[in-house]
Amino acid sequence: MSIDIKTARKVAHLARIEVAEEALPPLADALSNILAFMEQLNEVDIDGVEPMSSVTPMALKQRKDEVTDGGYQDKILANAPDSREGFFAVPKVVE
Amino acid sequence: MTDLSNLTIASVRDSLRKGAFTALELTEQYLGAIESAGALNAFSANTPDIARAQAQAADARLAKGDAPDMCGIPLGIKDLFCTKGVQTQAASHILDGFKPEYESTITSQLFGAGAVMLGKLNMDEFAMGSSNETSYYGPVTSPWRRGNESTPLTPGGSSGGSAAAVSADLCLGATGTDTGGSIRQPAAFTGIVGVKPTYGRCSRWGVVAFASSLDQAGPMVKTVRDSAIMLEAMAGHDPKDSTSADLAVPNFEAALSGDIRGKKIGLPKEYRLDGMPEEIEALWHEGAEKLKAAGAEIVDISLPHTKYALPAYYVIAPAEASSNLSRYDGVKYGHRAKIKSGEGITEMYERTRAEGFGSEVQRRVMIGAYVLSAGFYDAYYIRAQKVRTLIKQDFEKVFADGIDQILTPATPSAAFGLGEMKDADPIKMYLNDVFTVTVNLAGLPGVSVPAGLDSSGLPLGLQLIGQPWNEADMLNTAYALEQASGFDAKPVKWW
Repeated sequence: MSIDIKTARKVAHLARIEVAEEALPPLADALSNILAFMEQLNEVDIDGVEPMSSVTPMALKQRKDEVTDGGYQDKILANAPDSREGFFAVPKVVE
Repeated sequence: MTDLSNLTIASVRDSLRKGAFTALELTEQYLGAIESAGALNAFSANTPDIARAQAQAADARLAKGDAPDMCGIPLGIKDLFCTKGVQTQAASHILDGFKPEYESTITSQLFGAGAVMLGKLNMDEFAMGSSNETSYYGPVTSPWRRGNESTPLTPGGSSGGSAAAVSADLCLGATGTDTGGSIRQPAAFTGIVGVKPTYGRCSRWGVVAFASSLDQAGPMVKTVRDSAIMLEAMAGHDPKDSTSADLAVPNFEAALSGDIRGKKIGLPKEYRLDGMPEEIEALWHEGAEKLKAAGAEIVDISLPHTKYALPAYYVIAPAEASSNLSRYDGVKYGHRAKIKSGEGITEMYERTRAEGFGSEVQRRVMIGAYVLSAGFYDAYYIRAQKVRTLIKQDFEKVFADGIDQILTPATPSAAFGLGEMKDADPIKMYLNDVFTVTVNLAGLPGVSVPAGLDSSGLPLGLQLIGQPWNEADMLNTAYALEQASGFDAKPVKWW
């Protein structure tokens, strides 16, 4: 399966990475090469095989549904590039 | 004061307890060594104030006779571990200036045991790379050189700063992380010991995530005994990591008897690659002979799906990475790109990530987005997860047949030159992990042990793969191999 420029543009957008138009052809080539490498997986007989969901079989622990942590808004915001009045600040989202 | 090249964690533990020198004196000496080793670019941040304070606290504990094994031991910490108030960037531009408000579980445990942090260690960006060349801080240069050449070599990756720092005696031990071979490959390239524990043995909490079902932290040190001591301090159940195992941590050091009589060591025929250098083949054969001479039984085994491990890995790891790295959006921490008037939040996200991620990280995030996208999820991701099941079953079968450990080469070659792979296909770089990646996919423990030098004087390593949760027995076999190999080569100081 080879990736064309249109698909490369779509993948870049899905990944939320800005890619200039002139960089799309080499990107499409690079992604196609990696996908060609993955094509080997088609040789494997996977009939009746369960996809792995957990590498170490273990029952996830349960705990009471209660607040165990929190109450430090200042720490949460300490590394934000822009925060105002106790919130993360971002460019305008709705018109 | 002391010749740092002769020190090990085990010997320093004993010297500190005897009062031969203080933790502070030792720490000062390491800080000086780091100061004069800038040419290696192994450290991404130096933390001398923290180191001195921790060393003084360690000396107080030693004086009181309340000193755990790691008390006063100077360490380097990979930049992937969140350390409170200290620059933590995963060697990425996108985490510029990030200073966590919290401490990772592993570093908390190490510091709780009295260990000293000398600084943070350089690495491949988000642990994606095998040569340290994807680091935003610039590559680490290996302390090792080929013969009398001055060609700068890679220390391997992604834990390249950790490997270079331990090998060049800039610390006694370092934390590493291993998603496809990122502890074992650099350990092999620099003549040190690196352990990737069973998945779930060490908490991942506070370690910047790359591929969560594969990531596992472990020690990088000079000897197998040191790896046992440091692993014990790093391991253990953590309620904050739901995948960390609620199992008692054994005394790994106590397991090091060196007696491997009657152990069954498997040699997988699929690891005999076409075009593998003869030196690697010979090293592997000699390693097996040494274990046999120590009383182990060598058994030819088959792991039939080995060939598919790398392609499966390069579906699964990027898929998980694309999800994990979605949190870097210019809102919560790190770099935020400037936008023009008329542009909005989508442009801010997309430009921030274009500016903040290096090319290898971008490539993997996009591959991950592709294999998870509608219409391709079953064909790539689910298929890869099924192949992963088969790879794990290969190992389960040989262990059920009575194999105790599996011996393989650690890497398909010795260290290569920085820049040598610059124009190569990314897949050629991925092949560095061909012997190590199966272990991550199956969640098993693995250790790389230095076993010899190639014709140009560069270290080569052998890997032992253990049964799940049986690091103790794996390390004991590694100890026997270490004793039989008698590896004591050190890089000649040029930095």
